[in-house]
Amino acid sequence: MKKELRLMKGNEAVAEAAIRAGADGYFGYPITPQSEILEYLMEANPAETTGMVVLQAESEVAAINMVYGGAACGKKVMTSSSSPGISLKQEGISYIAGAELPCLIVNVVRGGPGLGTIQPAQSDYFQSVKGGGHGDYHLIVLAPASVQEMADFVDLGFDLAFKYRNPVLILSDGAIGQMMEKVYLSQQKERSKVFPDWATTGKPATRERNIITSLDLDPNGMEMHNHKLQAKYNEIREKEVRYEEFQCEDAEYLLVAYGTSARVCQKAVQLLREKGLKVGLLRPVTLFPFPTKRINDLSGQVKGILSVEMSAGQMVEDVLLAVNGKVPVKHFGRMGGIVPTPEEVVENLKSKIIGG
Amino acid sequence: MIEVTGIKEIIKPENLVYKKTKIMTDNTLSYCPGCGHGTAHRILAEVIDEEGLQSQTIGVSPVGCSVLLYNYLDVDIQQAAHGRAPAVATAIKRLLPDKFVFTYQGDGDLAAIGTAETIHACNRGENILIIFINNGIYGMTGGQMAPTTLPGMKSSTSPYGRDVKTMGNPLKMTDIVATLPGTYYVTRQSVHTPANVRKTKKAIRKAVQYQKLDKGACFIEIVSNCPSGWKMTPVQSNKWMEETMFPYYPLGDLKTPEE
Repeated sequence: MKKELRLMKGNEAVAEAAIRAGADGYFGYPITPQSEILEYLMEANPAETTGMVVLQAESEVAAINMVYGGAACGKKVMTSSSSPGISLKQEGISYIAGAELPCLIVNVVRGGPGLGTIQPAQSDYFQSVKGGGHGDYHLIVLAPASVQEMADFVDLGFDLAFKYRNPVLILSDGAIGQMMEKVYLSQQKERSKVFPDWATTGKPATRERNIITSLDLDPNGMEMHNHKLQAKYNEIREKEVRYEEFQCEDAEYLLVAYGTSARVCQKAVQLLREKGLKVGLLRPVTLFPFPTKRINDLSGQVKGILSVEMSAGQMVEDVLLAVNGKVPVKHFGRMGGIVPTPEEVVENLKSKIIGG
Repeated sequence: MIEVTGIKEIIKPENLVYKKTKIMTDNTLSYCPGCGHGTAHRILAEVIDEEGLQSQTIGVSPVGCSVLLYNYLDVDIQQAAHGRAPAVATAIKRLLPDKFVFTYQGDGDLAAIGTAETIHACNRGENILIIFINNGIYGMTGGQMAPTTLPGMKSSTSPYGRDVKTMGNPLKMTDIVATLPGTYYVTRQSVHTPANVRKTKKAIRKAVQYQKLDKGACFIEIVSNCPSGWKMTPVQSNKWMEETMFPYYPLGDLKTPEE
């Protein structure tokens, strides 16, 4: 089947992809720069076509707890927000991770801290990959670098969420959410009519009651549950690492960047290559699990690594852990809603790594 | 072992007047002696059983004394974050509109941290039943002041009595939700006497039947006791509840469907 081609904003692509992925429910609250997701879904009114429920909640807190309720029924449900709203959702996300429920969360990141700004940033990396809420847990974190990936990762995200019974986060930013690009949309999937056996759908006589909870007052039971979660995260680390390499084959220097920063770095690699410098780019597509092994392998080949992020330097800590002291690793970033230019990346690679 | 003469002749199915409800599990209730939660659980279980709704029911338990509701009722149950049960129930009902969805929440859960979720779920007219146990105190955490604690009432965080000037006034959530167009049936009941138990059970049955009409939220407050938190015997606590709680939270219907 030929895929449908459209020109769309990243936010609109997420919304359209959700309908086409056969999502059962979306629960959201307006916040810039991601309000188009809720607006698009309300306008598309999928209740009339696929039967998907779209609801504007009274708060981000309510929205994530609606996601909990829907996910616990075995339904494909999602929410989206931007940084301050995602902070509000953290309690609910922790419960969802603890109760092992599948769902999709989209963060169209803006500059912080606090109310910050509405411009793009990548300063929610720690919150996304290290936990975010309370307790030992991880989300599977996908980092799109294009409008196409905003659409594709909705379907992928739901698949991973159900495969591992784990919340999946699409960590985007205001640039990818707002910019328009061409996007190939996939065919409409049917909404699932079968429920997982753990879902709360009403207890028939043929099975025990299903209980969805993250509580176990017995610390031994709770530790066992934590071991189970950790085993799952290890399996995810083993099987689900995704990344993209750009001119790494002969690279003597390496840039590591995701999302919008990776697009800037791709241009920087081009500029540096024009000057005869052999520079490559590794773009993590999954931030959890992180491409630790591949970066470690590449650190045996290159002389130094620059981690480029729209933050004060968060992902660089994971790069440092991956490299484990083999070669110098430095950070370059802009903060507060500023996107770095390729020229700035070139300059910083030269001053911090090559010339250093 | 003491032999009771003739006991075997008495224990016969035809002589049984009281038995365990099918929907209640065999787990021992974690509630303190004299607490109203057990009775409230039981009559809810009876209605679910009598209406044949076990396979149609999805409950949502709160954070508080009744967090372990799922250990006691033999129906599918989700345990919600503190105060968020009405949001959780909203999504369940929207996604499974043919099911009977209820929340069971205490006063701290529903009237403090979950005020927004409660009011908005009711105001949207979600077709859910909210059962609200109001005993004027945080029981599970050890007897702290609740939003519903009466003026002058002592608790571990109002040890000299609730001073409304600095600690605010008790919140009448049931009165508030009764004013919202999204609610269909709102009532305040108790379970401290057999007569009141019967009335409350009747109210739950009505609410369960109203839910089938898809006319909006049903809200049942059960004014209840907390002998441990109030530092009273069960009998004293019921007397105190009648004398002190009921004047502030009068029993009866606040909103009934227009016949």
